[in-house]
Amino acid sequence: MIAAARCIVVRDLLLALRRRSDVATALLFFVIVASLFPLGVGAEPNLLRAVAPGVIWVAALLSTMLSLGRLFAADHADGTLEQMLLGAAPLGVVVAAKSFAHWLAAGLPLVAIAPVIALQYDLPASLYGVLALSLLLGTPVLSLIGAIGAALTLGLRGGGVLLSLLVLPLYVPVLIIGAGSVDMAAAGLAPAGQLQLLAAMLVVAAAFAPWAIAAALRISTE
Amino acid sequence: MSATVKWFWFASPQTFFPLAGTIARWCAIAAALLAAAGLYVGFFVAPTDAQQGEAYRIIFIHVPAAWMSMFLYVVMAFWAAIGLAFNTRLSGMMASGIAPTGALFTFIALWTGALWGRPTWGAYWVWDARLTSELILLFLYLGFMALQAAIDDPRRADRAGALLAIVGAVNVPIIYYSVQWWNTLHQGASVSLTRAPSMASAMLAGMVLMALAFWLYSIAAALARVRCIILERE
Amino acid sequence: MNWGGWSEFWAMGGYGFYVWGSYGVTFACLALEILFLLKRSHEAKT
Repeated sequence: MIAAARCIVVRDLLLALRRRSDVATALLFFVIVASLFPLGVGAEPNLLRAVAPGVIWVAALLSTMLSLGRLFAADHADGTLEQMLLGAAPLGVVVAAKSFAHWLAAGLPLVAIAPVIALQYDLPASLYGVLALSLLLGTPVLSLIGAIGAALTLGLRGGGVLLSLLVLPLYVPVLIIGAGSVDMAAAGLAPAGQLQLLAAMLVVAAAFAPWAIAAALRISTE
Repeated sequence: MSATVKWFWFASPQTFFPLAGTIARWCAIAAALLAAAGLYVGFFVAPTDAQQGEAYRIIFIHVPAAWMSMFLYVVMAFWAAIGLAFNTRLSGMMASGIAPTGALFTFIALWTGALWGRPTWGAYWVWDARLTSELILLFLYLGFMALQAAIDDPRRADRAGALLAIVGAVNVPIIYYSVQWWNTLHQGASVSLTRAPSMASAMLAGMVLMALAFWLYSIAAALARVRCIILERE
Repeated sequence: MNWGGWSEFWAMGGYGFYVWGSYGVTFACLALEILFLLKRSHEAKT
């Protein structure tokens, strides 16, 4: 089971490496969206400092959502997905591994780039740690929940936009707690509570999402 | 053996069709009567509120609609779960039949909430916990309907929608509590959203009557829609 | 029974716009839903 999981993670990462542009595009989108907000709301430093956590989190949300499309699409197109469904490894393990690989390629880089965006917004350096930690805990949840949506909308017309409509309401708690943790730290209070909530969400998502993703895949491919 | 047969007797769309029609007709009549009673109580029996004046009378639609929007989502998720668990076609149709009515009541709750907010809090929209959660609930309903509309195969549409409804239902409490926490943190317009402060018994009676009226209306509308779905598919 | 005449009924203590805006839209929505259902039922039967 572990071997199968490792195999899938390595394979997906290799594929992501070969299609570097897909990965890079999503990350570039993250940076562009975050850069658009000051252009829209004005460059007043106090305002930017106040909205920075929320903007970075929303940009991370949107970037993750953009990259969800390729989670199952390529495998579905060339028949690999069917093999996974029929294979010996439990489907829950397979989709968990795929989600993990997706997070490594799409979510983890966001954690790395976020402090650079925070620099643009003149967020105090003391908050970089909380920001990175909140994203570190939150982006896997986004990948897991998003994978449910990706599995449900597999092969549908209007897929990308439909996926967003389905998944964004489910993302709201992660967004609120994640951005809230940085806001708490900015106000001088301890963000531990929110971070622990994020960790709890991650545990629950990791436990239950694979089952839902597997069920959704079966529904979509029958 | 006979017990199982009886339980699933009405699970066949063919047998359910006439029953649905009868129930729908009776519920519609009862709903109209209850609505008339509720509106009478609401406008002519319930006294004027000391603080909000006559504006509070919106409550007789706003609160029952909000109750219905949440209740119908749970019922929808329930039928979705039954459909997935027992592989019954009719359960999936029930979930699909309820969704538009649920979305409608959510919209009504939001609309009346906005019009109630303007005279009482000074703004059409405030990001208070309940209104924001209601808005997200509307998105959940619309997502369900959009997903089903995007899938051509009815079986796949039913089952995909069902999974989405269940995932959504599990998330609703989480969404509600996170929004509530968020709202207490960012208390910009810190107006305490309550119904009319002291709930006179006539006010409560009006609300309950309207809630029952909406409930029976929902049953009638959902069953009528299920009948349409049965006709379209079979 | 509080009835002060029709003009008072429509005015609703100055809040007529909000009260009737709410009730009006609600009834319009419900009426539309019923109409759509009737239309759908008619089309399904043909």
